[in-house]
Amino acid sequence: MENSRRRFLQIAGVSALGLGATPVLNAFAASGAQGSGYHLDRNENAATAKQWAMVIDTRKLSTPESLRPIINACNTIHNVPTEIQNKNQEIKWIWEAPYHNAFTDEVQKFMDESVEHRPFLLLCNQCENPPCVRACPTQATFKNKEGIVMMDFHRCIGCRFCMAACPFGARSFNFRDPRPFIKKTNTEFPTRMKGVVEKCNFCAERLAVGKKPACVEASGGAIAFGDLYDPNSDVRKLLKENYTIRRKITLGTEPSVYYIV
Amino acid sequence: MKDKKIILVGVAIFVVVVTFPFWYNLGRSAPAPEVVLTPKAQAAEVCVMPTEFMKADHMKLLDVWRHDVVRNGNRIFVNPDGKAFEMSLSNTCLDCHSNTTEFCDRCHDYASVRPYCWDCHIENPKGE
Amino acid sequence: MLEFAVKGNKWYWGWVIVLLGIIGAGFGIYLMQLQFGLGLTGLSRDVSWGFYIANFTYLVGVAAGGVMVVLPYYLHNYKAYGRITVLGEFLAIAAIIMCLLFIVVDLGQPMRMLNVLLYPSPNSMLFYDAIVLNGYLFLNLVIGWNVLEAERNGVHYQSWLKPLIYISIPWAVSIHTVTAYLYCGLPGRHYWLTAVLAPRFLSSAFAAGPALLILLCLFIRRFTHFDPGREQIQTLAKTVAYAICINVFFFLCEVFVAFYSKIPGHMTHIQYLFSGLHGHGAMVPWMWASMILMIAGIVLTVTPATRRNEASLAIACMVIIMGTWIDKALGMIAGGFVPNPMHEFNEYVPSMPEMGISLAVYAVGALVLTLLYKMAVGVKEEVKA
Repeated sequence: MENSRRRFLQIAGVSALGLGATPVLNAFAASGAQGSGYHLDRNENAATAKQWAMVIDTRKLSTPESLRPIINACNTIHNVPTEIQNKNQEIKWIWEAPYHNAFTDEVQKFMDESVEHRPFLLLCNQCENPPCVRACPTQATFKNKEGIVMMDFHRCIGCRFCMAACPFGARSFNFRDPRPFIKKTNTEFPTRMKGVVEKCNFCAERLAVGKKPACVEASGGAIAFGDLYDPNSDVRKLLKENYTIRRKITLGTEPSVYYIV
Repeated sequence: MKDKKIILVGVAIFVVVVTFPFWYNLGRSAPAPEVVLTPKAQAAEVCVMPTEFMKADHMKLLDVWRHDVVRNGNRIFVNPDGKAFEMSLSNTCLDCHSNTTEFCDRCHDYASVRPYCWDCHIENPKGE
Repeated sequence: MLEFAVKGNKWYWGWVIVLLGIIGAGFGIYLMQLQFGLGLTGLSRDVSWGFYIANFTYLVGVAAGGVMVVLPYYLHNYKAYGRITVLGEFLAIAAIIMCLLFIVVDLGQPMRMLNVLLYPSPNSMLFYDAIVLNGYLFLNLVIGWNVLEAERNGVHYQSWLKPLIYISIPWAVSIHTVTAYLYCGLPGRHYWLTAVLAPRFLSSAFAAGPALLILLCLFIRRFTHFDPGREQIQTLAKTVAYAICINVFFFLCEVFVAFYSKIPGHMTHIQYLFSGLHGHGAMVPWMWASMILMIAGIVLTVTPATRRNEASLAIACMVIIMGTWIDKALGMIAGGFVPNPMHEFNEYVPSMPEMGISLAVYAVGALVLTLLYKMAVGVKEEVKA
């Protein structure tokens, strides 16, 4: 009697677990409303590439004033909350930094002063071999077909592993609801919510309709953009003719942002 | 079985607590909500898919949209009639259905679902 | 066996109520954090993991430390440990539950937590961490519970438990290895980028876990009718002595590599932690305290006289627990994130809400441990009687 009652309770417990799991499994099976006669496509103007890349001619961007319109263009288009007072918890997509912070491994003891005091534009390097993508436990950050390291905000659980993995400080976490800190909301682009990580997306939404990234457009020709693996692209032409540097190449992440100094 | 009484009382309390939501709401069912279409939505007559499909499956379709836009870079939806739409909640859906409180929220409140779309997507892109 | 947990004197119930009070208060603070976001914490762009993940790391060690009684008993047939293996396993259960809670309270979107299972990502160490931690919890629950029940019934435990017990031994090593891999595989974080990180984590775990177990054994002997045994405590003390020596040795290996090679990236973090850099030195007193505590722990556990004396052994254990906690929890996080990869200094101090939530997580662990130990001790007392 004693024994059989315990056995019953054990079986009942396991069954309850099983019943609890059924709706979850059904939800998996039902996901996706495919096969209803529609199809999904790219925009016919969409620009495509094997690996999007950027060349920043820092000689043409030698003052903080020259960077401001570029940074502002990105911030306004993407609803980046620029009004956060606590600088330790701010959100940055593209920002300015001195040479010795940008290129920590290539600081000379005595340097060309114009370079040493020049402001540098920093943004996500859209690495070909991104450590953040490796670290993400949900594939919320992933490399898309065009080489852009994308964020799927619907999926991000906010574990911030990607922030620890990024050697470039390119990722920001929404420590609180960003909406009150957006200067002027661009209604055509979503904001983010608290608890997710965000960063530069190389303007994937603009490339999809055939436009260049906002920073490139605002740079007045100082930033070139194109396919790294197309020998005739703007970026390849510049790379052929100029000596360029990238950030922390010894780490092997293969950044796609090049700097002419 | 000297604890029979205690056990039975315990079981009774358990049953009452577990079934509380059912008998508490007995005979008090709220009327089914009526969604309001904006003039623009009425003029369009059909949505991106037939109305019946949208009623039953809009959430699944939106899930396909968000997945494909973000992860596969497809931003165009071509419906069975061959008509193309940009896959965008704020810019396409809300272009017609700009009255989210009367269109979205009524049903969602009734069904007690709380999608977090508007935490990120602009609820009222046209500022109406 | 559950009946043991609902029978107790007024001290037992008082303690349980105090813990429930702390848990309730902490849960309230957590609801605030859930509402406001992690902005309530002291975390920042640069120090994106803090007190929660620090304590998580430390407690994985405590959980893994339980294997130091399981292994000698089951693999080497060291009979004396038969009395206390269940204490090691139950300590592991409580520690793992705290680990999982610390991960949950650290998430920005905890309601999406199951995305880790919905979109399994074998390239992410966090994916493996979820597997090994939950697996270890399961193993210890099943093994601990059944072995204790068998002991109560005066029979040998079920034969199907044997393979699970053997699996649990390398599994204990795996939980802390994977936890170290969370850190040591990240390019650009030089303080963590070292192959000795996992061994270092394990050595500190095998010091801290058994040290805590000794304290718990002493407590149980003092306040219950079950004596975990002098021999058992002494053997554990030797394990602690070896492990804490190895832990400090591994740290010194790190110091040698950094300062003999003189590679700035390797030196800066250690310099920041132990002497401060560019006017930033919040960690300096902590790190030296940690070193002094660990060395005091070595002296007290290696010297036979102080190891054999249970009063000084208890002090040694406390000193080691504190020293390794600063070293592995606080220092590991601060040293890894400061300075940031761009050589900027933004120091981290946990906020009050953050510490309140952490305290509540510890209270949950203490509660689980209390209930489990109450049962274990109840069974042991019954068997003796």
